Amino acid sequence: MIGPDLSVVSPEILLAIFAMAGLVGAVYTGKDGLARPLTWATAVLFVVIAAYIGLTGGGTRMAFGGILVDDAFARFAKVAILLSAAAILVIGLDFMVRSDLMKFEYPMLVVLAVIGMMIMVSAGDLMTLYMGLELQSLALYVVAAFRRDSVRSTEAGLKYFVLGALSSGLLLYGASLTYGYAGTTQFSGIIAAADGDAPLGLLFGLAFMCAGFAFKVSAAPFHMWTPDVYEGAPTPITAFFATAPKIAAMALFARVVHDAFGGVVGDWQQILAFLAVVSMFLGAIAAIGQRDFKRLMAYSSITHMGFALMGLAAGTEQGVEAMLIYMAIYVVMNIGTFAFILTMEKDGRHITRIDMLNNFAAKEPVKALALLLLMFSLAGVPPLLGFFGKYAVLLAAVDAGLGWLAIAGVIASVIGAFYYLRIVYFMYFGEEKDGIDGRMTTLPWLGLVVSAAILLLGVINLFGIEGFAEAAAATLVR
Amino acid sequence: MFDNLLSLVTFLPAVAALFMAVLGNDPASQRNAKWLALAATTATFLVSIAILVQFDPSNPGFQLVEDSEWMFGLHYKLGVDGISVLFVMLTTFLMPIVILSCWEVTHRVKEYMMAFLLLETLMIGVFVALDLVLFYLFFEGGLIPMFLIIGIWGGKDRIYASFKFFLYTFLGSVLMLVAMVTMYVDAGTTDIEQLLTHSFSAGTMEIMGFQVVGGLQVLLWLAFFASFAVKMPMWPVHTWLPDAHVQAPTAGSVVLAAILLKMGGYGFLRFSLPMFPVGSEILGPLVLWMSVIAIIYTSLVAMMQEDMKKLIAYSSVAHMGYVTMGIFAANQQGIDGAIFQMLSHGFVSGALFLCVGVIYDRMHTRDIDAYGGLVVRMPAYALVFMLFTMANVGLPGTSGFVGEFLTLIGVFRENTWVGVLAATGVILSAGYALWLYRRVVFGDLIKESLKTISDMTARERLIFAPLIVMTLLLGVYPSLVTDAIGPSVEALISHYDVAVADFMPGTDVAESH
Repeated sequence: MIGPDLSVVSPEILLAIFAMAGLVGAVYTGKDGLARPLTWATAVLFVVIAAYIGLTGGGTRMAFGGILVDDAFARFAKVAILLSAAAILVIGLDFMVRSDLMKFEYPMLVVLAVIGMMIMVSAGDLMTLYMGLELQSLALYVVAAFRRDSVRSTEAGLKYFVLGALSSGLLLYGASLTYGYAGTTQFSGIIAAADGDAPLGLLFGLAFMCAGFAFKVSAAPFHMWTPDVYEGAPTPITAFFATAPKIAAMALFARVVHDAFGGVVGDWQQILAFLAVVSMFLGAIAAIGQRDFKRLMAYSSITHMGFALMGLAAGTEQGVEAMLIYMAIYVVMNIGTFAFILTMEKDGRHITRIDMLNNFAAKEPVKALALLLLMFSLAGVPPLLGFFGKYAVLLAAVDAGLGWLAIAGVIASVIGAFYYLRIVYFMYFGEEKDGIDGRMTTLPWLGLVVSAAILLLGVINLFGIEGFAEAAAATLVR
Repeated sequence: MFDNLLSLVTFLPAVAALFMAVLGNDPASQRNAKWLALAATTATFLVSIAILVQFDPSNPGFQLVEDSEWMFGLHYKLGVDGISVLFVMLTTFLMPIVILSCWEVTHRVKEYMMAFLLLETLMIGVFVALDLVLFYLFFEGGLIPMFLIIGIWGGKDRIYASFKFFLYTFLGSVLMLVAMVTMYVDAGTTDIEQLLTHSFSAGTMEIMGFQVVGGLQVLLWLAFFASFAVKMPMWPVHTWLPDAHVQAPTAGSVVLAAILLKMGGYGFLRFSLPMFPVGSEILGPLVLWMSVIAIIYTSLVAMMQEDMKKLIAYSSVAHMGYVTMGIFAANQQGIDGAIFQMLSHGFVSGALFLCVGVIYDRMHTRDIDAYGGLVVRMPAYALVFMLFTMANVGLPGTSGFVGEFLTLIGVFRENTWVGVLAATGVILSAGYALWLYRRVVFGDLIKESLKTISDMTARERLIFAPLIVMTLLLGVYPSLVTDAIGPSVEALISHYDVAVADFMPGTDVAESH
């Protein structure tokens, strides 16, 4: 009787068993000898499960009375989360080993976070939503402070925890208001209660939940934790923060506003449009003053979340499709860029100041070219894929009558172009000066070059991702 | 193979650049890179001749069309008509010359060649693209190699110039991107051929309490104008050009002046005029006056320059003023003249920058005061420089004359005052160009440093030969150009007149024709 329900969550169950077994196994085999094989096993398992989810299944299935949903949207998000997490684990491996951080807890915490994300994106109920979100967040708080003997890393973990707890509080408050006015925590019940005309209390609940989600996607004005956590956490973990959790939180955001509040698009559209425009400008302007590559990427991700929210703010199927495509492209760009940042070293020390890139192109033409492509793609210059992400969200926004938001977005992207150009400037125009060594092991090199190649070659047909995103959006928006 | 002639000519240079990328970095492959680049650009030119042969000038529509599905419901669609085919030819014709002109470069040669080859692909793409987003892709993509060319191989203040160039033009074009998206939402297609027949709403609309006469058309027109006016560049958004020109290496300046600036004019002809005729009719007078200000103001500024490249850059802005004036006069002479002026300016300004390059390579200064009396040591150079100075002034018999004359006729029929004031620009251009020539070439050779300067080498003569031929040929036989563009321009104008007459039934548009 419970069989069909369990089969819906079988990937999550499998991952959970794997995490437990890994923990037990590592404890029994003594300290951290298993860490390396475990990381590889985790990455492989992620890819296998991603393939399983992507290739099997179809249609929409509900489990446990509707509190978990497995539809094309959830599958799209899960595949993206799993693949990006696997990529980050693999490219970060060398860094973790060299900085003596290769503890077996690391892959296991990542697995737990990923399980949380997978539950988030298939939540059909406010309770499952919160469960998934907290599982993810708690695992992330710990990994942020993973370098225990570093003040920076500990500070990042604590900051993330305190602000994350605040956002969880906001979210819970919103959820309880929603429950109070809708009489149910299930999305299908909420959407029935908020059809066309929602009671004021429900809108309050919606607004508080949006604030909570905005924290998780690091949209301004709820972005304050991002730069510090990005800078303080060990770089592979920063890379992880910048990718999978962002997809999960954004997918969750889309899930709630459409599945639970699809009847009052006009009400949340304003909130999202506001978040989008503030994030785009804040990220673009604040990044100009940054001298640290990781902090710069933090502000860059705030801008990018603004663009993704612009797609979501459209409130249409096209908007969700655009958001998904944008997120997929964003993740590829971030994996590539962080693969590079991971290997920024000078005399054996990890240094992330951007002026250390001075004259890098003369030393390492191929890597510099790849990073150049990534930077122009992040800036949204055609013919690189970053442009197509922007094009998709602009199209959705204009189609939904948000022309002003589109204009604000493109102006922010011009401001933002400046700091991406500055990185190119350091690499190519800089004078002869001591810079980073530029040595790179195979895996990060592959991460960098492959993602640059994807961004360039995707111009041919986007690797067919458009069709998946379209199907995903169609199941979410009715 | 003949079905994909346009794709071939567009992507041939890029393929060569990719091939170059896998070459090593040793001195031998640096040398080979130059030969490979020269071979690729020459091959591209030969293929483009095949396009010209197959092109039927009597057909005003798009020819050699290629069309296939792309993502997001967009199309990969290429084609040429009378307006664009000559710009393709201009590009392919000039690129081998550009490559030859940077033969003496020693710094990162391979990358330099790759940047130019990629730039050629993107420039040709702009002129052949028949899909809005495809056009935007090429139009914007060109910023990347040009940014690098100025930034890596440029002069002392290259960083400032490259950032200014990039951000100015980027800001202009993103507004165009929003307009393109709006057009897609409105018309349901990004196919330029279909958009040319789609009529965008021109009904008055109200935005935040303001009445916008001409409605959507005027707004879209303004967004496109923001992009093309910066690219052109028109006064008052021209200030990036002198900086970029001065700092860019010689070959970069040539490409910038001869081809990149033409994208703005091409954009006006391809988008603004035919797609938003009402917007053009309403705002056209504004453009005419801006053009006149550009012609007179920048000519005066040019007279005061101490730097040769800056002087020629300002003279470019003035000459582009004739182009915008001709286009928005919106009659046969005006548009014919504008296209002619763009082609002619491509040869003449390119050649003038090369002339500066010749002496810059020898003396490493662009200060006009550092020269004088060059005719004594460099007679051949003096002759070439003289010819192109005259063409720049618009002497009859050179290509410069035809364009200026036609645009002046065109605008005179539209607005007498603009015509009269613009004509003074001819005198002013004689002022700054002849004065420059006198200060550099004539006078006594008294400066010690110039006593040993040598005349042009065989390679330099070879570079100038085709440019001299084209300048004189177009000067004495302008029908070469006007025959090719005639039918397309005619179709454009009749379409424009009908659309404007629909909008303003009371006025008799024909009175001015």
